[in-house]
Amino acid sequence: MSKDQKSLLVQGYEVVIGFETHTQLTTQSKIFSRASTSFGAEPNTNASAVDFALPGALPVMNKGAVQRAIEFGLAVNAHIAEKSIFARKNYFYPDLPKGYQISQFEIPVVQGGVVEFFLDGEKKSVRLVRAHLEEDAGKSLHEDFIGQSGIDLNRAGTPLLEIVTEPDMRSTAEAVAYAKELHKIVTWIGICDGNMQEGSFRCDANVSVRKPGQPLGTRREIKNLNSFKFMQQAMDYEIRWQIEQIEDGHEIQQATVLFDPDTGETRSMRSKEDAADYRYFPDPDLPPLVIGRDWVEKTRSEMSELPRVMAARFMTGYGLSEYDAGQLTQSKATAAFFEAVAAASGQAKLASNWVMGELSRHLNMEEKSIEASSVGAAQLAALIGRIADGTISNNAAKQVFETLWIGEGQDVDAIIEAKGLKQMSDNGELEKIIDDVLAANAKNVEEVKAGNAKAFNALVGQAMKATKGKANPAQVNELLKKKLG
Amino acid sequence: MTSSMNNLDLHDLGVAELAAQLAAGTVSSVEVTQHFFNRIQQHSALGAFLALDADVSLAQARAADARLAAGERTPLLGVPLAHKDVFVTRDFPTTAGSKMLENYRSPFDATVVSQLASAGMVSLGKLNCDEFAMGSGNENSAYKPVQNPWDTSRVPGGSSGGSAAAVAARLVPAATGTDTGGSIRQPASLTGITGIKPTYGRCSRYGMVAFASSLDQAGPMARSALDCALLLSAMAGPDPDRDSTSLDLPALDYAADLTAASQQGGAKPLQGLRIGLPTQFFGAGCAPDVLAAVRGALAEFEKLGATLVNVSLPLTELSIPVYYVIAPAEASSNLSRFDGVRYGHRAAHYTDLTDMYKKSRSEGFGDEATRRIMIGTYVLSHGYYDAYYLKAQKIRRLIAQDFQTAFAQCDVIAGPVSPTVAWKIGEKGDDPVASYLADIYTLSSSLAGLPGMSVPAGFGAGGMPVGLQLIGNYFKEAQLLGAAHQFQLATDWHQKAPGVSA
Repeated sequence: MSKDQKSLLVQGYEVVIGFETHTQLTTQSKIFSRASTSFGAEPNTNASAVDFALPGALPVMNKGAVQRAIEFGLAVNAHIAEKSIFARKNYFYPDLPKGYQISQFEIPVVQGGVVEFFLDGEKKSVRLVRAHLEEDAGKSLHEDFIGQSGIDLNRAGTPLLEIVTEPDMRSTAEAVAYAKELHKIVTWIGICDGNMQEGSFRCDANVSVRKPGQPLGTRREIKNLNSFKFMQQAMDYEIRWQIEQIEDGHEIQQATVLFDPDTGETRSMRSKEDAADYRYFPDPDLPPLVIGRDWVEKTRSEMSELPRVMAARFMTGYGLSEYDAGQLTQSKATAAFFEAVAAASGQAKLASNWVMGELSRHLNMEEKSIEASSVGAAQLAALIGRIADGTISNNAAKQVFETLWIGEGQDVDAIIEAKGLKQMSDNGELEKIIDDVLAANAKNVEEVKAGNAKAFNALVGQAMKATKGKANPAQVNELLKKKLG
Repeated sequence: MTSSMNNLDLHDLGVAELAAQLAAGTVSSVEVTQHFFNRIQQHSALGAFLALDADVSLAQARAADARLAAGERTPLLGVPLAHKDVFVTRDFPTTAGSKMLENYRSPFDATVVSQLASAGMVSLGKLNCDEFAMGSGNENSAYKPVQNPWDTSRVPGGSSGGSAAAVAARLVPAATGTDTGGSIRQPASLTGITGIKPTYGRCSRYGMVAFASSLDQAGPMARSALDCALLLSAMAGPDPDRDSTSLDLPALDYAADLTAASQQGGAKPLQGLRIGLPTQFFGAGCAPDVLAAVRGALAEFEKLGATLVNVSLPLTELSIPVYYVIAPAEASSNLSRFDGVRYGHRAAHYTDLTDMYKKSRSEGFGDEATRRIMIGTYVLSHGYYDAYYLKAQKIRRLIAQDFQTAFAQCDVIAGPVSPTVAWKIGEKGDDPVASYLADIYTLSSSLAGLPGMSVPAGFGAGGMPVGLQLIGNYFKEAQLLGAAHQFQLATDWHQKAPGVSA
């Protein structure tokens, strides 16, 4: 433990990271109005009287948003509050139409919970403080209006679940892995579309550094990280900057910073001194959100298998390692693909190896999702079947896979036939070839007899070459050993 | 100057009487509407109206006449009314009495407005009120003060001052009002009309320009309990898709209950009704002329069979500071949307965003709204929240508990509405606290969310009307209206009309 901890230190400093993630929920309509949440509409067309904060308009809770909060809470083993309270966060900004944001402050709907994942084969768990429901603000558009700003309220009132962690992460790699795991969970259970470009999954990273054993350092919050790549860059830069400041004898001031992907630097938006007093108070327009236990239990019974549950089943049911099971449950589609291949081939371990190996290598190379894979589950299962029954070698199978991938063939057996990849199973034919190899390499044979292992391998190589790779290497080995006695 | 019964004019008829005439076909809605419209214009000096539109009103009247001609007979069909200007309307501008919303036109109708329109009522326009319903004399209207028809040098009360003056002067047979801390009951009392603030949540708040969301409640103002009952039946009811705080209770036919009760009749129709008199409502703070009228009315209730019992509401005095923490806190947040960005007043010249906010809001809000925004912002601020807002909420709960203790001993609670009769316009000058203190008898039931009403009970100093306040337990509007109706069958205070009505 201490050794691991030590290896994570950056220039002798321990890194402490906590995350706040705004996940946009997949409801059709807004959290407190009936307006659509669809992305990309003409400015101010997806906004109702409630979203424009017209006089007399009142919020009414969208049950679908609550449903999604419950699902998230169950997915991370959190407590779903029997009664939570909506509060008003008061501040003035042109894209905040009411002059306050409806959020949850003292009593959030989801309390506690944990997110677990693997980092370099090591199991990590990040504790959640809470997840609360709130509405998004609109957008200020500064580009298209000379000397003025445009306001688009299409996004105003979009439902968000803000997920807050404890400061449990000790490296930027761990923080990114947490963000990826969280992204996996919310997209897996379908409460968020996960589209980071469109802002459906936005992370704020609270970053501080300290000497090991010291109390927590002063944190700075990097806002609105909307790609995993920028997330890593931003936090790495911020940590270097903070250490530099401390080493130079400066104190870190609490601040909110933005990451500029063009410069790769973070810069301060506002310091603690200009922090607003939001004057939170319970929103008198919304009664307490009461969630009966029957609602929670009904949701639990209707939820699809969660990734961590599925991974456990893969370990016990298919005998996969914890790491493999974790990898295969990165997305619902991957898990489903794997299960289809495993079921059709009856070879879970091979299926796991091929999905995570050759298949994912090809998908990554062409930046394809598994749903768009050029090789289908049935084809991969057929291919694995031919490896398992000894028809082809693993190397030959890769050639078949490649052929399937580029679309030069559809049927595994036809490809094996056409390419002549069938392993030599006839002992008589193979024995003859091996006899020829032994005859032609008398010097090697002598060396083997003198105890040179390398010479034996050279003979195996010669024999494989003579069979054009069609021989089963294990069979070649066996025959050679027998003949060289 | 009261019209004699053999010389009835249309404007002397109440809602029920007009509805009967319309149903009988002796008069059309267009005739009734035109008659009231003319009266409103004759008495424009009262300052009761902020918006009129004869075309709109007459079109609604014609539609009502068509429904009547088609044989429809519903209790409010074709009867005109007017709305307090805090209800948003498509057909008229909605200002909430503020320069901030000058010429503002809502794209939708308040639920209460659309329900009354569906019932066939014709809107005569929008009624003056204190800016954002903040005030008790209608002197905080950004447009003009409203005169009390009983003495035009006096205030009509507030904040529903335009509604009260218009009903009292027979410019309309009925009006909508809103009551946050007494804004229906107090002007009703000061102008000699009948008004009821229902249980919080009984009428939808959707489309009411919000002042203090946890207190605001719509209600009818008319000449009699029966007329109020007719309107309330159409105004009340759940609105779950638009107002999360509306009660999930169906509207009742309050008027049918009254008619049934009065047919049972008898010399003592209120036999068994226990009326609780809070000692705190009958102390030295109340003017003797007001107390005399109230006691006179209570004696009448005894004659009708009711018994009077003494009860105690020990936290009555605290209702003033509690209300003046909670209401401004909510108001400060509710009024944040008036920022000059999307609608409403925006300063003509500004240097940047902050300057635009400051100038637009400073210019758009009057003194009282500004004062309450500042108080509200203060009590919600970091470091003051616990001492003010949180403490006030705790006392609010205790005030509500005190009422339940009292209701264990009685069925309704009675007392004065206002410690004095209507005061002279300008008399209270720049002393807001003096005005706040005069709310003492109406604030506690508002904080508790209880229904309350004002019933004309006689006259006090200067011949000015005095109202009796009746407070019921939650959802007991029918009981309040029933008691008031019996009282009005036995008395004629509610039929007295001010001289200006001639």
